[in-house]
Amino acid sequence: MKKFKKGMSLVLVAAMIMLVGCSSSTNTNTSDNSSSNESAEAGTSEAGETSASNGSVFKIGAIGPSTGGAAVYGLAVQNGADLAIKEINAAGGINGTLIEYNFQDDECDNEKSINAYNTLKDWGMQMLVGSTTSGCCIAVAAESANDNLFQITPSGSSVDCINSNDNVYQVCFTDPNQGVGAAQYIGEHAVAQKVAVIYDSSDVYSSGIYEKFVQEAANQPFEIVSAEAFTADNKTDFSVQLQKAKDTGAELVFLPIYYTEASLILTQAAAMDYAPKFFGCDGLDGILNVENFDTALAEGVMLLTPFAADAEDDATKAFVSAYEAAYGDTPNQFAADAYDAVYILKAAIEKSGATPEESVSDLCEKLKGAMAEITVDGLTGEAMSWDADGAVNKAPKAMEIVNGNYSLIQ
Amino acid sequence: MSFISYLINGISLGSVYAIIALGYTMVYGIAKMLNFAHGDVIMVGGFTVFFAVSMQGLPTAVGILLSVVLCTLLGITIEYIAYRPLRQAASSLAVLITAIGVSYFLQNMALLIFGANTKAFTSVVTLPAIKLAEGQIIISGETIVTIISCIIIMTGLTLFINKTKAGQAMLAVSEDKGAAQLMGINVNGTISLTFAIGSALAAIAGMLLCSAYPSLTPYTGSMPGIKAFVAAVFGGIGSIPGALIGGVILGIIEILSKAYISSQLADAIVFMVLIIVLLVKPTGILGKKIQEKV
Repeated sequence: MKKFKKGMSLVLVAAMIMLVGCSSSTNTNTSDNSSSNESAEAGTSEAGETSASNGSVFKIGAIGPSTGGAAVYGLAVQNGADLAIKEINAAGGINGTLIEYNFQDDECDNEKSINAYNTLKDWGMQMLVGSTTSGCCIAVAAESANDNLFQITPSGSSVDCINSNDNVYQVCFTDPNQGVGAAQYIGEHAVAQKVAVIYDSSDVYSSGIYEKFVQEAANQPFEIVSAEAFTADNKTDFSVQLQKAKDTGAELVFLPIYYTEASLILTQAAAMDYAPKFFGCDGLDGILNVENFDTALAEGVMLLTPFAADAEDDATKAFVSAYEAAYGDTPNQFAADAYDAVYILKAAIEKSGATPEESVSDLCEKLKGAMAEITVDGLTGEAMSWDADGAVNKAPKAMEIVNGNYSLIQ
Repeated sequence: MSFISYLINGISLGSVYAIIALGYTMVYGIAKMLNFAHGDVIMVGGFTVFFAVSMQGLPTAVGILLSVVLCTLLGITIEYIAYRPLRQAASSLAVLITAIGVSYFLQNMALLIFGANTKAFTSVVTLPAIKLAEGQIIISGETIVTIISCIIIMTGLTLFINKTKAGQAMLAVSEDKGAAQLMGINVNGTISLTFAIGSALAAIAGMLLCSAYPSLTPYTGSMPGIKAFVAAVFGGIGSIPGALIGGVILGIIEILSKAYISSQLADAIVFMVLIIVLLVKPTGILGKKIQEKV
């Protein structure tokens, strides 16, 4: 019996190792036609040889949560960047130099994100796409600022990601911009007179938008009649928050939160016969992809988001079909952000004429110079440009959910 | 009027805590161990119903039955592999830590198998909501079914423990394992049975939890599991009626403090009340006072 138990536990341990092995092998997604480390080192040591640049590659690292509660975002970033890099390599690379790609999981944990960053540095990373979530991005940005390593975050939307770190740039809007944009949109289009807000006070993203929304609302012709919070530990029951919105007669409920909680709020509002207009930011993107979700509940929900998978333009269509063919999943905004991030890197490298032989710090200085000058047309915005802080300038798009699809409000 | 609405919301949240707490308290009362993986067995139960009913289109009853059977087997397996070998170990702390390990194991397995994407659960309850005072007060069908299930389970468990031979064996094991063994009771078998019943209750709780709050992720069970544990301690851990009372009171306190004090401080207030109750009555509301014999 004892022996059987021992055998059983060994089998279980082996099974766990195999499972872990499987998931980590998908994490490090090195592109196929990359050259080896040694040849790059050999190239730089033999200074003066012109053939050196042919043997070297740009090493782009990426960080995001590919496991854990925020895995939807991390996997999207991992695949979006992977797709862009494969496309660029297939077309001959950046100025003839191929890209090598390495993605590390941070489980949406600040500490693990820094570990992932150090792993990538040991690997020889020259530029970073990441981190995916705001909290992790702030932690990693402090490290990359020390190393003066060029960093572009697809979706870290907090201002703290870019403030005081002039090596960090964003593809997405900052939280304050979303809050201000939402308040202006509601005011200018006279969507409602009485507005209630339900936000997550334990989340930087949500409370960042909320604060700016309230500030901007003072200048707008609507009134905030109720503002209720919830926390990460208490996010299944929204009956009180909704009851207060209903009692104060709010015609619109502003939800600067993520779609998981929003789907519960929509369900619970329907159960209590409360049907206001719901308005959200990019965090609501993905609500239609919640498996088995009754999309009729989301009908008429408005959101400010830079990307919709069923938009009709050619660039989006090509991206969506390539992404679906490669990863078997419909891309969300995060995948598009990461895809754009890689192409922004490409544009900046081409503009600056940087080569992979330069030190990480020299490369960063050159790219910073280039970022001030370039404008990039991407999936998440036309003519994106960057100010010296690293914040992006592009117009927000308002979408409404009509017949179970996002449709652009003209 | 809104006070009555809040009160009803509190009872419906509390009834969900209560049904989870029943499983916690049952296992604690007999095996004298905190099964922190209980919340995650609930999650497995929820996923089973989701895949059977929403994805495969099986009848609801079949889905529920499947979920109960699967969770029961899971509970027995966990007990056999993870807890039984440690029961002879000197420290009961070892089993507690293992339970936390099992909880993480189940969460991460679910993450690998089902993925991190949120799934919307279709309620298994078809009972329509009751509307009072011209639609101002709404009692959802889920709340009614949850409360009725709680009462049925509570009565059933009490009868089972007090009236059947297996139930009596459970009581004996909880009093004194060594003496029970000497009296010819199969201690391991009895504890296995306890886990089987506890896990079957988890399957039912999972289904009702997901019906009331229809969002399903691998972490669905963990926070309600902890709250239900608090409810069980509140009512007096080990006491079956205590779990029901503790759960409902906890739900009402949580909702009322959200409504009238602060929506952010609700958890802090809940735990403060718990501390006060434990200071005044260390064994919880219905907890038995254990006298140390000298």
